Amino acid sequence: MLMRAGDAPASAPAMSVADVHARLKGVTRVYGVGTSRPIVHALGPVDLDLMRGEFFSVVGPSGCGKSTLLDALAGLAVPTEGEVYFENRRIRGVPDGVGVVFQEDASFAWLTVRDNVAFGLRRAGVDAAEITRRVDYAVGFMGLRDFANAYPAQLSGGMRQRVCIARTLVLQPRLILLDEPFGALDQQTRLLMGDELLRLWRETKATVMLITHALDEAAMLSDRVGVMSARPGVFIDFVETGWPRERDSRIVSDTHFGAVTARLWEKLRVESLKSIGTKP
Amino acid sequence: MTREGWIRLAVVVAAVAVLEALCRTGVIAHTVLLAPSEMAVSLWNILRGGELNEDILSTLRNVLLSSVISAVLGFVCGAIIHALPRVRGAVEPLLASYYAIPTFMFYPIFIVMFGVGAQAIIAIAVLLSIVAMITATLTGLDRIPPVLRKTGTVFRMSPAARAVMIDLPAAAPYLFTGVKLTFAYSLIGVIASEFILSGAGIGYAIAYAYNNFNNQRMYGLMLLVIIVAIAANAALDAIDRRLQSRLRR
Repeated sequence: MLMRAGDAPASAPAMSVADVHARLKGVTRVYGVGTSRPIVHALGPVDLDLMRGEFFSVVGPSGCGKSTLLDALAGLAVPTEGEVYFENRRIRGVPDGVGVVFQEDASFAWLTVRDNVAFGLRRAGVDAAEITRRVDYAVGFMGLRDFANAYPAQLSGGMRQRVCIARTLVLQPRLILLDEPFGALDQQTRLLMGDELLRLWRETKATVMLITHALDEAAMLSDRVGVMSARPGVFIDFVETGWPRERDSRIVSDTHFGAVTARLWEKLRVESLKSIGTKP
Repeated sequence: MTREGWIRLAVVVAAVAVLEALCRTGVIAHTVLLAPSEMAVSLWNILRGGELNEDILSTLRNVLLSSVISAVLGFVCGAIIHALPRVRGAVEPLLASYYAIPTFMFYPIFIVMFGVGAQAIIAIAVLLSIVAMITATLTGLDRIPPVLRKTGTVFRMSPAARAVMIDLPAAAPYLFTGVKLTFAYSLIGVIASEFILSGAGIGYAIAYAYNNFNNQRMYGLMLLVIIVAIAANAALDAIDRRLQSRLRR
């Protein structure tokens, strides 16, 4: 079911508080305050409710504050104003139960795939048998079994990103934040990685927030897509895709898919033009 | 071995063969240069005779000590400079022009401070090699991808744990390049210092042989220095290449 243009509120849709998994309340981020550098109002104020178990994507023009939003939600950056909650607790620092996958290759070059995936579990003091069980599962799940003893330098960019996803997956996060994880990959690999991500989301039942610049990726993967304005980024639209939970990249041939991406582009085009200084 | 490796080996073998032929045929006078085979025989006799074992061990000990001191001190200084951007801004231009200064001119100061002996030699060698390690440390710490530090934060690691488990291994290839350079500069520093401010060591023995027209011993020892330098560099280079290969992305 698609929302019609104009129906979408410029904030999260009203849902019961019990369903809210993470919440941003009036979050603003301003860089350069108290320094000699120019002040840049990067984000907000942003209000957002992430519902438990939903797949939510954020699209917006370059430099609109998408990654800043993710950093605030992950506890990696303190908002200049506003509050961030995860599981009804205000967060200060990275909370337990949150996993982040970045756009850049964050695999540890000095560790094998297996040791990369086991890194967080060893840090958490999980016992050896449990580490083996979880790592075996995650490595198999991400299709890395044949490369378990390889080093990241021996893998393709897509495989290294899968290592990073597996490293997040083994920690069984309840909220998974992905900052353009497939940005550096080719289109075919991105579609296939999208399938794997959907499989992971269904299996873990985690809440997922994906930052992406690719409208087709957002339209294919998400239950709901938030469209951000040019800087300072605020949500100007929320589009519900209405896809069934059981879905994969083949929905790109669905007639609704074109309608969803068209709706996203309709809003985003104006903001993208603003961001490059051209009048819509 | 790679094709390039075979070509390299062939060039060296050919150069040695040409030198051997020139010396054997008298084109190069025996008083000027010994044939490589004679140098090898001389080295064999030196090692078998054991007369210079103390000098050889003294040099190797000094090289090892100055390498370790430079590597450790250089890493600590580099890490401190990296952590203090203002200090770095002030110091970095000095580091960049450091090797324009002929360090050996300070040898009288070190003789006054430490006397003639191992301490002065090690001090000169450290002075010569430490900046290579400081520079390598700065480069290594600069090149740690910010996303790895962010990942450490996501894993809720303390700054100390992150430094040991992420920063250090991520910077390791660059740090090891620093260690490799430190060894090379230490070897140069120790041998050269032994020529001028020592009564022991390979450098001293070479100078002594030279002053006494003992070409056999002089060239034998020179061959020893070349062999030690090449062998150590090859071993360190093999580790270095292994570490660097992990950076290819």
